[in-house]
Amino acid sequence: MGLKIKITKKLPHFEVDVAFTCDDGKVLALVGPSGAGKTTIIRMIAGLERPDGGTISYNGEVWFDSEKGILLPPQERSLGFVFQDYTLFPHLSVFKNVAFAAQSKEEVIRLLKLFDIWHLKDRKQHEISGGERQRCAICQALARRPRILLLDEPFSALDANTRRNMRDELKNLRKQVSIPIIHVTHDIDEALFLADDVLPMVNGKIVRKWMLQFMLKERTGMGTHDDDYKYGFTKYHGFDRSVLYDSMEIEKWRM
Amino acid sequence: MDLMPLYLSIKLAIVSTIILIVLSAPLAYLLVYFRFRGKSFLEALLNLPMVLPPTVLGFYLLVVMGPKGALGRLWEAITASPLVFTFAGIVFASIVYSFPFAIQPMKTAFEKIDRRLLESSYVLGLSPLATFFKVIVPNALGGVAASAILVFVHTMGEFGVILMVGGSIPGETRVASIAIYEAVEALNYREAGIMCLILVPISYVFLLIINRLTRSNLYGS
Repeated sequence: MGLKIKITKKLPHFEVDVAFTCDDGKVLALVGPSGAGKTTIIRMIAGLERPDGGTISYNGEVWFDSEKGILLPPQERSLGFVFQDYTLFPHLSVFKNVAFAAQSKEEVIRLLKLFDIWHLKDRKQHEISGGERQRCAICQALARRPRILLLDEPFSALDANTRRNMRDELKNLRKQVSIPIIHVTHDIDEALFLADDVLPMVNGKIVRKWMLQFMLKERTGMGTHDDDYKYGFTKYHGFDRSVLYDSMEIEKWRM
Repeated sequence: MDLMPLYLSIKLAIVSTIILIVLSAPLAYLLVYFRFRGKSFLEALLNLPMVLPPTVLGFYLLVVMGPKGALGRLWEAITASPLVFTFAGIVFASIVYSFPFAIQPMKTAFEKIDRRLLESSYVLGLSPLATFFKVIVPNALGGVAASAILVFVHTMGEFGVILMVGGSIPGETRVASIAIYEAVEALNYREAGIMCLILVPISYVFLLIINRLTRSNLYGS
């Protein structure tokens, strides 16, 4: 079950063509250089863009089906979306932003305290820092109890320190919510830190092999021989991610 | 001195402004955020009063609103009174005449709103209508206020269209601009001068306020 995606969409320079699933409680990272189509994919999951073909479903509920002509608007998908440079409503205070679509006032208070921004509840967005804004944006997305959470480069506008703190906070968050989380980032370290599964993307396609090789060459100076990078990958990151290199065997060389 | 024309001008300006803001906000929303066939034609039509000589616009309004015109007959069927040469008639004419002035600042203000705010609102479960009232309008208050003031000032200074549609009936359609013209015609420069002296500072102050509103963002972001 969980979130099932198989979509295509023609963009000016390439075609997005991806298929993946993300189970409840799992974090899936879409990693790749900017312009790889990552944001387009989560915008299609959110219902903000229409795919050309394919299906999107969550726990059996169809959100998009090109053949059956089904396209649920974003309002009916009940998901949380944290945008790249925090889109808080400028006319509302931190509290009212989080309460915008919240289930209850208690939930708002709980989240503001959990993310340590309770003391800023009466401030407007231009009166708080980037990290605080992003925390507020995450609270806002969570306050309506979404069925899935989409994060679009949530840390890209933050300085290194704040980014590290936020990363830790998100890691804690995942223990508390058991929904699928899709995390879009261009930073492979960030992806590996948070995600259960990492999908490297280039030009709208999932290309695990290329990305890992690229990364290993950069980081470990190792060769491109398969055994080398399999070994180097586990060594470098120090944990076993069978999902990743199992798929490397299957995935064709696409670049 | 008869202050009735000034009172009528202000009353006309207030009524027209309220009606125009209510009408033009959803229309500006439609023009900025939705794509539909014939949009550019509709936009050009709404802006037409800005480039037409007031007498031409007044002439057509007189035809449509007259006892034989479609609108005039409809109005008479409902209210049992004619539309031309009445206060209701000049309100209607003012609305048509000032439409571009109501819609442009509002369009500009709506265009300035980050589209991601709307997307964020949709994702949070709000319908486009709820988003309009809870996100767009509060973030475009400067534009809405600028629209209101521009319409108000523009209506205060209206002359040609009112003369064509309303004539100069004291207490009904004889607004300040017409009274000034008539005073000059009658060589009553003193009365014309006083009324002008009242109108000029009002318009000037309102324009200053518009400048402020359109330049500053209310929320400082």
